[in-house]
Amino acid sequence: MSAPAENASSREAGAAEESPPSLAALLLDPSFWADWASVVGLIGLVIVFGIAQPVFLSVANLQALLLAAAILVVLSIGQTFVVATAGIDLSLAAAVMLGAIILGLVDAAGYGIFLACVLAVAATSAVGFLNGVLITAGRIPDFVVTLGTLSGVTGLGLILSGGEPIMVGSTFLLRLASGSFGPFGYPVWVAISAVLVAHIALYHTRFGVHLLATGGQVESASALGIHTNRVKIAAYTISGFCAGIAALLLVARIGSAEPQINTSLLLNSVAAVVLGGVSLFGGRASILGPAIGALMLTALVNGLTLLSVSAFYQPLAVGAIVVLAALIMRYKK
Amino acid sequence: MSAVNHSPSADAILACEGLSKHFGGIRAFTDVAFQARRGEVTAVIGDNGAGKSTLIRCLVGVHVPDAGDIFFDGRVHPFANPDEARKAGIETVHQNLALIDELTVAQNLFLNREIVRRIGPLALLDRKAMKQQARAMLSRLSINMPSVSQRVRRLSGGQRQAISICRAAGSGAKLVVMDEPTAALGVQETANVEALIRRLREQAVSIILVSHNFDQVRRLSDQIWVMRAGRMVATVRASETTGNELVALVTGAA
Repeated sequence: MSAPAENASSREAGAAEESPPSLAALLLDPSFWADWASVVGLIGLVIVFGIAQPVFLSVANLQALLLAAAILVVLSIGQTFVVATAGIDLSLAAAVMLGAIILGLVDAAGYGIFLACVLAVAATSAVGFLNGVLITAGRIPDFVVTLGTLSGVTGLGLILSGGEPIMVGSTFLLRLASGSFGPFGYPVWVAISAVLVAHIALYHTRFGVHLLATGGQVESASALGIHTNRVKIAAYTISGFCAGIAALLLVARIGSAEPQINTSLLLNSVAAVVLGGVSLFGGRASILGPAIGALMLTALVNGLTLLSVSAFYQPLAVGAIVVLAALIMRYKK
Repeated sequence: MSAVNHSPSADAILACEGLSKHFGGIRAFTDVAFQARRGEVTAVIGDNGAGKSTLIRCLVGVHVPDAGDIFFDGRVHPFANPDEARKAGIETVHQNLALIDELTVAQNLFLNREIVRRIGPLALLDRKAMKQQARAMLSRLSINMPSVSQRVRRLSGGQRQAISICRAAGSGAKLVVMDEPTAALGVQETANVEALIRRLREQAVSIILVSHNFDQVRRLSDQIWVMRAGRMVATVRASETTGNELVALVTGAA
Protein backbone atom coordinates (compact mmCIF):
# COMPACT_ATOMS: atom_id res chain seq x y z
CA MET A 1 0.00 0.00 0.00
CA SER A 2 2.82 2.38 0.80
CA ALA A 3 5.14 3.88 -1.76
CA PRO A 4 8.53 2.15 -2.05
CA ALA A 5 10.22 4.94 -0.11
CA GLU A 6 7.78 4.47 2.74
CA ASN A 7 8.03 0.70 2.68
CA ALA A 8 11.38 0.53 4.38
CA SER A 9 10.37 2.78 7.23
CA SER A 10 7.04 1.07 7.75
CA ARG A 11 8.81 -2.30 7.84
CA GLU A 12 11.16 -0.96 10.46
CA ALA A 13 8.19 0.28 12.42
CA GLY A 14 6.68 -3.16 12.02
CA ALA A 15 9.83 -4.81 13.33
CA ALA A 16 9.84 -2.49 16.33
CA GLU A 17 6.21 -3.37 16.90
CA GLU A 18 6.98 -7.09 17.08
CA SER A 19 10.07 -7.00 19.31
CA PRO A 20 9.58 -5.84 22.91
CA PRO A 21 10.87 -2.30 23.50
CA SER A 22 13.78 -1.77 25.85
CA LEU A 23 13.10 -1.17 29.54
CA ALA A 24 14.38 2.40 29.39
CA ALA A 25 12.11 3.25 26.46
CA LEU A 26 9.22 1.64 28.29
CA LEU A 27 9.81 3.68 31.42
CA LEU A 28 9.92 6.92 29.42
CA ASP A 29 6.66 6.20 27.61
CA PRO A 30 3.73 7.95 29.36
CA SER A 31 1.26 5.45 27.93
CA PHE A 32 3.06 2.71 29.85
CA TRP A 33 2.38 4.60 33.07
CA ALA A 34 -1.22 5.25 32.12
CA ASP A 35 -1.88 1.61 31.23
CA TRP A 36 -0.19 0.33 34.35
CA ALA A 37 -1.08 3.15 36.74
CA SER A 38 -3.05 0.87 39.03
CA VAL A 39 -0.29 -1.77 39.19
CA VAL A 40 2.46 0.80 39.73
CA GLY A 41 0.31 2.56 42.34
CA LEU A 42 -0.48 -0.68 44.14
CA ILE A 43 3.17 -1.74 44.26
CA GLY A 44 4.16 1.75 45.44
CA LEU A 45 1.56 1.70 48.22
CA VAL A 46 2.56 -1.80 49.32
CA ILE A 47 6.21 -0.71 49.59
CA VAL A 48 5.46 2.55 51.40
CA PHE A 49 2.94 1.07 53.85
CA GLY A 50 5.06 -2.06 54.28
CA ILE A 51 7.99 0.04 55.45
CA ALA A 52 5.97 2.52 57.52
CA GLN A 53 3.84 -0.12 59.23
CA PRO A 54 5.06 -3.75 58.95
CA VAL A 55 1.64 -5.01 60.12
CA PHE A 56 0.36 -3.96 56.70
CA LEU A 57 2.17 -6.90 55.13
CA SER A 58 0.95 -9.48 57.64
CA VAL A 59 -1.08 -12.33 56.15
CA ALA A 60 -4.06 -11.44 58.32
CA ASN A 61 -4.08 -7.84 57.14
CA LEU A 62 -3.65 -8.77 53.49
CA GLN A 63 -6.55 -11.20 53.77
CA ALA A 64 -8.68 -8.52 55.40
CA LEU A 65 -7.66 -6.09 52.67
CA LEU A 66 -8.73 -8.50 49.92
CA LEU A 67 -12.03 -9.15 51.69
CA ALA A 68 -12.68 -5.44 51.97
CA ALA A 69 -11.78 -4.94 48.30
CA ALA A 70 -14.12 -7.62 46.94
CA ILE A 71 -17.23 -5.40 46.78
CA LEU A 72 -15.40 -2.55 45.07
CA VAL A 73 -13.78 -4.95 42.57
CA VAL A 74 -17.19 -6.29 41.54
CA LEU A 75 -18.64 -2.77 41.22
CA SER A 76 -15.64 -1.54 39.24
CA ILE A 77 -16.16 -4.34 36.73
CA GLY A 78 -19.75 -3.23 36.23
CA GLN A 79 -18.66 0.37 35.88
CA THR A 80 -15.99 -0.67 33.36
CA PHE A 81 -18.55 -2.15 30.95
CA VAL A 82 -20.52 1.10 31.02
CA VAL A 83 -17.49 3.37 30.73
CA ALA A 84 -16.24 1.27 27.79
CA THR A 85 -19.34 2.41 25.87
CA ALA A 86 -18.41 6.04 26.70
CA GLY A 87 -21.13 6.16 29.35
CA ILE A 88 -21.08 6.40 33.13
CA ASP A 89 -23.30 4.71 35.71
CA LEU A 90 -23.93 7.12 38.57
CA SER A 91 -26.78 4.96 39.91
CA LEU A 92 -24.43 2.10 40.79
CA ALA A 93 -24.27 2.69 44.56
CA ALA A 94 -28.01 3.45 44.72
CA ALA A 95 -28.68 0.14 42.95
CA VAL A 96 -26.53 -1.62 45.57
CA MET A 97 -28.69 -0.09 48.29
CA LEU A 98 -31.92 -1.09 46.54
CA GLY A 99 -30.62 -4.63 46.07
CA ALA A 100 -29.69 -4.86 49.73
CA ILE A 101 -33.10 -3.64 50.85
CA ILE A 102 -34.99 -5.99 48.57
CA LEU A 103 -32.82 -8.82 49.86
CA GLY A 104 -33.61 -7.82 53.43
CA LEU A 105 -37.36 -7.41 52.84
CA VAL A 106 -37.82 -10.69 50.95
CA ASP A 107 -35.78 -12.53 53.56
CA ALA A 108 -37.70 -10.90 56.41
CA ALA A 109 -40.98 -11.86 54.74
CA GLY A 110 -39.88 -15.47 55.05
CA TYR A 111 -39.48 -16.37 51.39
CA GLY A 112 -36.02 -17.81 51.98
CA ILE A 113 -32.60 -16.39 51.43
CA PHE A 114 -32.10 -17.82 47.94
CA LEU A 115 -35.20 -16.19 46.50
CA ALA A 116 -34.17 -13.00 48.31
CA CYS A 117 -30.75 -13.06 46.62
CA VAL A 118 -32.23 -13.81 43.20
CA LEU A 119 -34.79 -11.02 43.49
CA ALA A 120 -32.16 -8.56 44.71
CA VAL A 121 -29.94 -9.25 41.69
CA ALA A 122 -32.96 -9.19 39.38
CA ALA A 123 -33.98 -5.78 40.75
CA THR A 124 -30.56 -4.19 40.31
CA SER A 125 -30.24 -5.70 36.83
CA ALA A 126 -33.63 -4.18 36.04
CA VAL A 127 -32.34 -0.78 37.19
CA GLY A 128 -29.40 -1.17 34.81
CA PHE A 129 -31.70 -2.28 31.99
CA LEU A 130 -33.92 0.74 32.61
CA ASN A 131 -30.87 3.01 32.47
CA GLY A 132 -29.88 1.51 29.14
CA VAL A 133 -33.36 1.80 27.64
CA LEU A 134 -33.78 5.43 28.76
CA ILE A 135 -30.36 6.34 27.36
CA THR A 136 -30.81 4.66 23.98
CA ALA A 137 -34.55 4.89 23.29
CA GLY A 138 -34.95 8.21 25.07
CA ARG A 139 -31.75 9.63 23.56
CA ILE A 140 -30.85 11.22 26.90
CA PRO A 141 -27.20 11.60 27.95
CA ASP A 142 -25.92 8.81 30.21
CA PHE A 143 -25.00 11.28 32.90
CA VAL A 144 -28.52 12.70 33.18
CA VAL A 145 -30.32 9.36 33.09
CA THR A 146 -28.17 7.71 35.73
CA LEU A 147 -28.30 10.82 37.90
CA GLY A 148 -32.07 10.54 37.68
CA THR A 149 -32.13 6.84 38.53
CA LEU A 150 -29.63 7.52 41.33
CA SER A 151 -32.24 9.72 42.94
CA GLY A 152 -35.25 7.60 41.95
CA VAL A 153 -33.74 4.34 43.15
CA THR A 154 -32.63 5.94 46.41
CA GLY A 155 -36.20 7.12 46.96
CA LEU A 156 -37.59 3.70 46.14
CA GLY A 157 -35.21 2.11 48.64
CA LEU A 158 -36.29 4.54 51.35
CA ILE A 159 -39.98 3.98 50.62
CA LEU A 160 -39.66 0.20 50.63
CA SER A 161 -37.63 0.10 53.83
CA GLY A 162 -39.36 2.95 55.61
CA GLY A 163 -35.88 4.29 56.24
CA GLU A 164 -35.13 1.55 58.73
CA PRO A 165 -32.24 -0.93 58.48
CA ILE A 166 -33.32 -4.55 58.07
CA MET A 167 -31.40 -7.22 59.94
CA VAL A 168 -30.52 -10.24 57.81
CA GLY A 169 -29.58 -13.18 60.01
CA SER A 170 -29.02 -15.73 57.31
CA THR A 171 -26.53 -18.52 57.90
CA PHE A 172 -25.93 -18.69 54.15
CA LEU A 173 -24.82 -15.07 54.05
CA LEU A 174 -22.87 -15.48 57.27
CA ARG A 175 -20.96 -18.34 55.70
CA LEU A 176 -20.45 -16.34 52.51
CA ALA A 177 -18.97 -13.49 54.53
CA SER A 178 -16.78 -15.42 56.91
CA GLY A 179 -16.00 -18.73 55.22
CA SER A 180 -12.97 -19.29 53.12
CA PHE A 181 -11.60 -21.70 50.59
CA GLY A 182 -7.83 -22.06 50.37
CA PRO A 183 -6.11 -18.78 51.11
CA PHE A 184 -9.05 -16.52 50.30
CA GLY A 185 -12.47 -15.84 51.80
CA TYR A 186 -15.53 -16.58 49.66
CA PRO A 187 -16.13 -12.91 48.76
CA VAL A 188 -12.62 -12.81 47.30
CA TRP A 189 -13.42 -15.86 45.19
CA VAL A 190 -16.62 -14.18 44.04
CA ALA A 191 -14.56 -11.18 42.94
CA ILE A 192 -11.98 -13.40 41.23
CA SER A 193 -14.72 -15.25 39.33
CA ALA A 194 -16.27 -11.92 38.31
CA VAL A 195 -12.89 -10.76 36.99
CA LEU A 196 -12.44 -13.97 34.99
CA VAL A 197 -15.92 -13.98 33.48
CA ALA A 198 -15.75 -10.27 32.63
CA HIS A 199 -12.29 -10.63 31.12
CA ILE A 200 -13.48 -13.43 28.84
CA ALA A 201 -16.60 -11.45 27.90
CA LEU A 202 -14.56 -8.36 27.03
CA TYR A 203 -11.66 -9.94 25.17
CA HIS A 204 -12.92 -13.25 23.84
CA THR A 205 -16.48 -12.70 22.68
CA ARG A 206 -18.14 -10.82 19.84
CA PHE A 207 -20.01 -8.83 22.46
CA GLY A 208 -16.72 -7.51 23.84
CA VAL A 209 -15.53 -6.30 20.44
CA HIS A 210 -18.91 -4.75 19.71
CA LEU A 211 -18.85 -3.07 23.12
CA LEU A 212 -15.50 -1.42 22.40
CA ALA A 213 -16.60 -0.51 18.86
CA THR A 214 -19.76 1.12 20.25
CA GLY A 215 -17.70 3.07 22.76
CA GLY A 216 -15.06 3.98 20.19
CA GLN A 217 -17.16 5.32 17.31
CA VAL A 218 -20.85 4.71 17.73
CA GLU A 219 -21.79 5.91 14.24
CA SER A 220 -19.19 3.78 12.49
CA ALA A 221 -20.20 0.78 14.56
CA SER A 222 -23.85 1.12 13.64
CA ALA A 223 -22.95 1.75 9.98
CA LEU A 224 -21.38 -1.71 10.09
CA GLY A 225 -24.59 -3.23 11.36
CA ILE A 226 -23.73 -3.46 15.06
CA HIS A 227 -26.84 -2.96 17.17
CA THR A 228 -25.24 -0.26 19.29
CA ASN A 229 -28.39 0.38 21.32
CA ARG A 230 -28.60 -3.25 22.37
CA VAL A 231 -24.90 -3.21 23.25
CA LYS A 232 -25.40 -0.15 25.47
CA ILE A 233 -28.44 -1.64 27.19
CA ALA A 234 -26.46 -4.85 27.78
CA ALA A 235 -23.57 -2.87 29.29
CA TYR A 236 -25.89 -1.10 31.74
CA THR A 237 -27.64 -4.36 32.59
CA ILE A 238 -24.26 -5.94 33.37
CA SER A 239 -23.49 -2.96 35.56
CA GLY A 240 -26.79 -3.47 37.39
CA PHE A 241 -26.09 -7.19 37.75
CA CYS A 242 -22.71 -6.40 39.33
CA ALA A 243 -24.46 -4.00 41.70
CA GLY A 244 -26.69 -6.91 42.74
CA ILE A 245 -23.72 -9.18 43.45
CA ALA A 246 -22.13 -6.33 45.40
CA ALA A 247 -25.37 -5.96 47.39
CA LEU A 248 -25.20 -9.64 48.41
CA LEU A 249 -21.59 -9.24 49.52
CA LEU A 250 -22.41 -6.03 51.37
CA VAL A 251 -25.38 -7.47 53.28
CA ALA A 252 -23.32 -10.56 54.07
CA ARG A 253 -20.49 -8.38 55.35
CA ILE A 254 -22.48 -6.07 57.62
CA GLY A 255 -25.36 -8.43 58.48
CA SER A 256 -28.08 -5.97 57.64
CA ALA A 257 -29.57 -4.00 54.75
CA GLU A 258 -29.04 -0.29 55.28
CA PRO A 259 -31.23 2.27 53.51
CA GLN A 260 -28.18 4.43 52.93
CA ILE A 261 -26.12 5.06 49.87
CA ASN A 262 -22.44 4.51 50.25
CA THR A 263 -21.35 7.33 47.95
CA SER A 264 -17.69 6.41 48.31
CA LEU A 265 -18.54 3.10 46.57
CA LEU A 266 -19.75 5.02 43.52
CA LEU A 267 -16.86 7.46 43.44
CA ASN A 268 -14.31 4.71 44.06
CA SER A 269 -15.77 2.57 41.29
CA VAL A 270 -15.19 5.42 38.83
CA ALA A 271 -11.79 6.06 40.37
CA ALA A 272 -10.78 2.41 40.00
CA VAL A 273 -11.85 2.48 36.35
CA VAL A 274 -9.74 5.58 35.71
CA LEU A 275 -6.76 4.12 37.58
CA GLY A 276 -7.19 0.94 35.55
CA GLY A 277 -6.41 2.79 32.33
CA VAL A 278 -9.95 2.65 30.93
CA SER A 279 -10.70 5.62 28.70
CA LEU A 280 -13.63 7.70 29.96
CA PHE A 281 -14.28 8.53 26.29
CA GLY A 282 -14.99 4.86 25.62
CA GLY A 283 -13.56 2.28 23.27
CA ARG A 284 -10.66 1.26 25.42
CA ALA A 285 -10.97 -0.97 28.44
CA SER A 286 -9.55 -3.81 30.47
CA ILE A 287 -10.86 -5.77 33.43
CA LEU A 288 -7.64 -6.46 35.28
CA GLY A 289 -6.76 -2.73 35.37
CA PRO A 290 -9.89 -1.56 37.21
CA ALA A 291 -9.77 -4.65 39.49
CA ILE A 292 -6.24 -3.74 40.53
CA GLY A 293 -7.32 -0.10 40.77
CA ALA A 294 -10.02 -1.16 43.24
CA LEU A 295 -7.43 -3.14 45.16
CA MET A 296 -5.14 -0.13 45.23
CA LEU A 297 -7.83 2.22 46.58
CA THR A 298 -8.70 -0.30 49.29
CA ALA A 299 -5.01 -0.69 50.15
CA LEU A 300 -4.77 3.08 50.46
CA VAL A 301 -7.62 3.26 52.96
CA ASN A 302 -6.33 0.19 54.82
CA GLY A 303 -2.77 1.56 55.03
CA LEU A 304 -3.85 5.01 56.15
CA THR A 305 -6.00 3.43 58.85
CA LEU A 306 -3.06 1.33 60.06
CA LEU A 307 -0.95 4.48 60.19
CA SER A 308 -3.70 6.03 62.37
CA VAL A 309 -4.35 8.76 59.85
CA SER A 310 -7.78 10.27 60.47
CA ALA A 311 -10.51 8.85 58.23
CA PHE A 312 -11.17 12.42 57.13
CA TYR A 313 -7.97 12.37 55.09
CA GLN A 314 -8.94 9.29 53.10
CA PRO A 315 -11.26 10.95 50.55
CA LEU A 316 -8.59 13.61 50.04
CA ALA A 317 -5.97 10.96 49.29
CA VAL A 318 -8.30 9.08 46.93
CA GLY A 319 -9.14 12.31 45.10
CA ALA A 320 -5.49 13.28 44.71
CA ILE A 321 -4.59 9.87 43.30
CA VAL A 322 -7.46 9.82 40.83
CA VAL A 323 -6.65 13.28 39.51
CA LEU A 324 -3.01 12.26 39.19
CA ALA A 325 -4.02 9.15 37.22
CA ALA A 326 -6.22 11.26 34.96
CA LEU A 327 -3.30 13.66 34.37
CA ILE A 328 -1.06 10.77 33.33
CA MET A 329 -3.80 9.61 30.93
CA ARG A 330 -3.75 13.06 29.32
CA TYR A 331 -0.09 12.68 28.38
CA LYS A 332 -0.85 9.41 26.67
CA LYS A 333 -1.96 11.12 23.46
CA MET B 1 -22.06 11.03 -25.94
CA SER B 2 -25.15 8.89 -25.84
CA ALA B 3 -28.57 9.67 -24.51
CA VAL B 4 -29.78 7.85 -21.41
CA ASN B 5 -32.50 5.53 -22.56
CA HIS B 6 -32.07 1.82 -22.17
CA SER B 7 -33.39 -1.04 -20.10
CA PRO B 8 -31.12 -2.88 -17.69
CA SER B 9 -29.09 -5.36 -19.67
CA ALA B 10 -28.23 -8.84 -18.52
CA ASP B 11 -24.67 -7.90 -17.70
CA ALA B 12 -25.75 -5.21 -15.22
CA ILE B 13 -25.03 -6.08 -11.60
CA LEU B 14 -26.93 -3.07 -10.29
CA ALA B 15 -29.40 -0.92 -12.21
CA CYS B 16 -32.27 1.41 -11.60
CA GLU B 17 -35.11 2.85 -13.66
CA GLY B 18 -37.31 5.87 -13.12
CA LEU B 19 -35.81 6.40 -9.70
CA SER B 20 -36.87 9.54 -7.83
CA LYS B 21 -36.20 10.83 -4.34
CA HIS B 22 -37.54 13.94 -2.69
CA PHE B 23 -36.92 15.24 0.80
CA GLY B 24 -40.01 17.24 1.63
CA GLY B 25 -40.20 19.84 -1.10
CA ILE B 26 -36.58 19.43 -2.10
CA ARG B 27 -35.94 17.25 -5.11
CA ALA B 28 -32.79 15.20 -4.74
CA PHE B 29 -33.14 13.55 -8.17
CA THR B 30 -35.90 12.65 -10.58
CA ASP B 31 -36.49 9.80 -13.02
CA VAL B 32 -32.95 8.46 -12.95
CA ALA B 33 -31.88 5.44 -14.97
CA PHE B 34 -28.48 3.98 -14.22
CA GLN B 35 -26.62 0.73 -14.49
CA ALA B 36 -23.31 -0.71 -13.36
CA ARG B 37 -21.93 -3.60 -15.39
CA ARG B 38 -20.54 -6.73 -13.84
CA GLY B 39 -16.77 -6.62 -13.38
CA GLU B 40 -16.47 -2.97 -14.40
CA VAL B 41 -15.68 0.22 -12.55
CA THR B 42 -18.69 2.48 -12.99
CA ALA B 43 -18.24 6.11 -12.07
CA VAL B 44 -20.93 8.63 -11.12
CA ILE B 45 -19.84 12.24 -11.44
CA GLY B 46 -21.57 15.55 -11.03
CA ASP B 47 -21.32 18.88 -9.32
CA ASN B 48 -22.04 19.39 -5.62
CA GLY B 49 -25.75 18.91 -5.07
CA ALA B 50 -26.28 17.11 -8.38
CA GLY B 51 -27.77 14.22 -6.43
CA LYS B 52 -25.06 11.58 -6.78
CA SER B 53 -24.57 10.84 -3.10
CA THR B 54 -28.32 10.58 -2.54
CA LEU B 55 -28.63 8.30 -5.56
CA ILE B 56 -25.92 6.04 -4.17
CA ARG B 57 -27.56 6.04 -0.75
CA CYS B 58 -30.83 4.92 -2.36
CA LEU B 59 -29.04 2.18 -4.26
CA VAL B 60 -27.45 0.75 -1.11
CA GLY B 61 -30.57 1.00 1.05
CA VAL B 62 -29.77 4.01 3.23
CA HIS B 63 -32.71 5.90 1.73
CA VAL B 64 -35.84 4.37 0.27
CA PRO B 65 -36.66 5.94 -3.12
CA ASP B 66 -40.06 7.56 -3.68
CA ALA B 67 -40.53 6.00 -7.10
CA GLY B 68 -38.77 3.68 -9.49
CA ASP B 69 -37.21 0.22 -9.47
CA ILE B 70 -33.80 -1.00 -8.38
CA PHE B 71 -32.43 -4.19 -9.88
CA PHE B 72 -29.60 -6.01 -8.17
CA ASP B 73 -28.09 -9.16 -9.62
CA GLY B 74 -31.06 -9.72 -11.90
CA ARG B 75 -33.78 -9.30 -9.29
CA VAL B 76 -36.05 -6.40 -8.46
CA HIS B 77 -34.66 -5.75 -5.07
CA PRO B 78 -35.12 -2.53 -3.20
CA PHE B 79 -33.31 -2.74 0.11
CA ALA B 80 -35.11 -1.51 3.18
CA ASN B 81 -31.84 -0.81 4.99
CA PRO B 82 -28.05 -1.04 4.49
CA ASP B 83 -27.95 -4.33 6.36
CA GLU B 84 -30.12 -6.00 3.72
CA ALA B 85 -27.97 -4.55 0.96
CA ARG B 86 -24.88 -5.87 2.69
CA LYS B 87 -26.39 -9.32 3.02
CA ALA B 88 -27.30 -9.28 -0.67
CA GLY B 89 -23.65 -8.53 -1.52
CA ILE B 90 -23.27 -4.74 -1.72
CA GLU B 91 -20.52 -3.34 0.49
CA THR B 92 -20.17 0.40 0.92
CA VAL B 93 -16.93 2.21 1.70
CA HIS B 94 -18.14 5.23 3.61
CA GLN B 95 -16.81 8.70 3.08
CA ASN B 96 -16.01 9.01 6.78
CA LEU B 97 -14.15 5.68 6.59
CA ALA B 98 -16.17 3.98 9.34
CA LEU B 99 -13.22 2.44 11.11
CA ILE B 100 -12.96 2.11 14.89
CA ASP B 101 -9.77 3.88 15.99
CA GLU B 102 -9.23 1.95 19.19
CA LEU B 103 -9.57 -1.48 17.59
CA THR B 104 -6.78 -3.26 15.75
CA VAL B 105 -6.52 -3.70 11.99
CA ALA B 106 -7.64 -7.33 12.29
CA GLN B 107 -10.55 -6.44 14.59
CA ASN B 108 -11.70 -3.77 12.16
CA LEU B 109 -11.49 -6.12 9.18
CA PHE B 110 -13.68 -8.65 10.98
CA LEU B 111 -15.96 -6.24 12.81
CA ASN B 112 -19.47 -7.68 13.03
CA ARG B 113 -18.43 -10.81 11.18
CA GLU B 114 -16.01 -12.16 13.74
CA ILE B 115 -14.83 -15.75 13.53
CA VAL B 116 -15.82 -17.71 16.63
CA ARG B 117 -15.22 -21.22 17.80
CA ARG B 118 -17.83 -22.92 19.92
CA ILE B 119 -16.92 -24.54 23.19
CA GLY B 120 -20.15 -25.98 24.50
CA PRO B 121 -22.56 -23.06 24.93
CA LEU B 122 -19.76 -20.50 24.62
CA ALA B 123 -18.78 -18.80 21.39
CA LEU B 124 -15.28 -17.48 21.81
CA LEU B 125 -13.41 -15.34 19.32
CA ASP B 126 -10.84 -17.17 17.24
CA ARG B 127 -8.34 -14.34 17.25
CA LYS B 128 -5.56 -16.37 15.70
CA ALA B 129 -7.69 -17.31 12.70
CA MET B 130 -8.84 -13.70 12.29
CA LYS B 131 -5.27 -12.41 12.35
CA GLN B 132 -4.18 -15.00 9.81
CA GLN B 133 -7.08 -14.28 7.49
CA ALA B 134 -6.58 -10.54 7.93
CA ARG B 135 -2.99 -10.92 6.76
CA ALA B 136 -4.18 -12.96 3.79
CA MET B 137 -6.86 -10.38 2.91
CA LEU B 138 -4.32 -7.56 3.01
CA SER B 139 -1.68 -9.38 0.99
CA ARG B 140 -4.23 -10.42 -1.66
CA LEU B 141 -4.66 -6.71 -2.38
CA SER B 142 -0.92 -6.02 -1.87
CA ILE B 143 -1.68 -3.74 1.08
CA ASN B 144 1.44 -3.26 3.14
CA MET B 145 0.60 -3.22 6.84
CA PRO B 146 3.30 -3.55 9.51
CA SER B 147 1.10 -5.55 11.85
CA VAL B 148 -2.55 -6.55 11.90
CA SER B 149 -2.45 -6.20 15.69
CA GLN B 150 -1.83 -2.47 15.38
CA ARG B 151 -4.52 -0.04 16.44
CA VAL B 152 -6.09 1.81 13.53
CA ARG B 153 -5.60 5.13 15.33
CA ARG B 154 -1.93 5.11 14.44
CA LEU B 155 -2.45 4.65 10.70
CA SER B 156 -2.39 7.30 7.98
CA GLY B 157 -5.48 8.31 6.03
CA GLY B 158 -4.38 6.23 3.05
CA GLN B 159 -3.79 3.14 5.13
CA ARG B 160 -7.17 3.57 6.79
CA GLN B 161 -8.88 3.91 3.43
CA ALA B 162 -7.05 0.79 2.25
CA ILE B 163 -8.41 -1.13 5.26
CA SER B 164 -11.94 0.12 4.60
CA ILE B 165 -11.71 -1.03 0.99
CA CYS B 166 -10.11 -4.31 2.01
CA ARG B 167 -12.92 -4.97 4.45
CA ALA B 168 -15.54 -4.23 1.81
CA ALA B 169 -13.84 -6.47 -0.75
CA GLY B 170 -12.92 -9.16 1.75
CA SER B 171 -16.48 -10.07 2.60
CA GLY B 172 -16.99 -11.68 -0.81
CA ALA B 173 -19.04 -8.68 -1.94
CA LYS B 174 -20.41 -8.74 -5.47
CA LEU B 175 -20.34 -4.97 -5.65
CA VAL B 176 -18.25 -2.42 -3.77
CA VAL B 177 -19.57 1.14 -3.64
CA MET B 178 -17.08 3.90 -2.87
CA ASP B 179 -18.13 7.47 -2.15
CA GLU B 180 -15.20 9.84 -2.78
CA PRO B 181 -12.58 7.30 -1.69
CA THR B 182 -9.66 9.71 -2.08
CA ALA B 183 -11.34 12.96 -1.02
CA ALA B 184 -9.23 13.46 2.11
CA LEU B 185 -5.96 11.97 0.86
CA GLY B 186 -2.64 13.37 -0.29
CA VAL B 187 -1.17 12.82 -3.76
CA GLN B 188 0.83 9.71 -2.92
CA GLU B 189 -1.94 8.18 -0.86
CA THR B 190 -4.43 8.85 -3.62
CA ALA B 191 -2.16 6.99 -6.05
CA ASN B 192 -2.00 4.07 -3.64
CA VAL B 193 -5.78 3.88 -3.25
CA GLU B 194 -6.19 4.12 -7.04
CA ALA B 195 -3.79 1.22 -7.47
CA LEU B 196 -5.84 -0.70 -4.94
CA ILE B 197 -9.06 -0.03 -6.87
CA ARG B 198 -7.38 -1.33 -10.04
CA ARG B 199 -6.30 -4.50 -8.26
CA LEU B 200 -9.88 -5.01 -7.06
CA ARG B 201 -11.11 -4.64 -10.62
CA GLU B 202 -8.53 -7.17 -11.83
CA GLN B 203 -10.06 -9.57 -9.32
CA ALA B 204 -13.41 -9.14 -11.10
CA VAL B 205 -15.08 -7.15 -8.31
CA SER B 206 -17.70 -4.75 -9.62
CA ILE B 207 -17.22 -1.22 -8.36
CA ILE B 208 -19.29 1.95 -8.26
CA LEU B 209 -17.17 5.03 -7.73
CA VAL B 210 -18.49 8.47 -6.84
CA SER B 211 -15.93 11.17 -7.46
CA HIS B 212 -15.34 14.84 -8.11
CA ASN B 213 -12.03 14.19 -9.74
CA PHE B 214 -12.52 13.86 -13.50
CA ASP B 215 -8.97 12.75 -14.18
CA GLN B 216 -9.25 10.05 -11.58
CA VAL B 217 -12.56 8.91 -13.01
CA ARG B 218 -11.07 8.65 -16.50
CA ARG B 219 -8.05 6.75 -15.17
CA LEU B 220 -10.03 4.24 -13.13
CA SER B 221 -13.43 3.65 -14.64
CA ASP B 222 -14.91 1.86 -17.63
CA GLN B 223 -18.21 3.69 -17.81
CA ILE B 224 -18.99 7.19 -16.60
CA TRP B 225 -22.45 8.46 -15.68
CA VAL B 226 -23.04 12.19 -15.37
CA MET B 227 -25.61 13.80 -13.08
CA ARG B 228 -26.68 17.41 -13.23
CA ALA B 229 -29.32 19.14 -11.10
CA GLY B 230 -31.01 15.91 -10.04
CA ARG B 231 -31.06 14.22 -13.44
CA MET B 232 -28.90 11.64 -15.12
CA VAL B 233 -27.87 13.57 -18.20
CA ALA B 234 -25.33 11.39 -19.95
CA THR B 235 -23.29 8.23 -19.94
CA VAL B 236 -20.03 7.71 -21.79
CA ARG B 237 -17.30 5.10 -22.06
CA ALA B 238 -14.25 6.39 -20.18
CA SER B 239 -11.98 5.41 -23.07
CA GLU B 240 -14.00 7.51 -25.53
CA THR B 241 -14.23 10.75 -23.62
CA THR B 242 -12.01 13.68 -22.72
CA GLY B 243 -11.68 15.76 -19.60
CA ASN B 244 -13.17 18.72 -21.44
CA GLU B 245 -16.18 16.75 -22.51
CA LEU B 246 -16.79 15.65 -18.90
CA VAL B 247 -16.55 19.21 -17.67
CA ALA B 248 -19.02 20.28 -20.34
CA LEU B 249 -21.43 17.50 -19.37
CA VAL B 250 -21.23 18.24 -15.68
CA THR B 251 -21.68 21.99 -16.06
CA GLY B 252 -24.26 21.76 -18.84
CA ALA B 253 -22.16 23.77 -21.27
CA ALA B 254 -22.37 21.11 -23.97
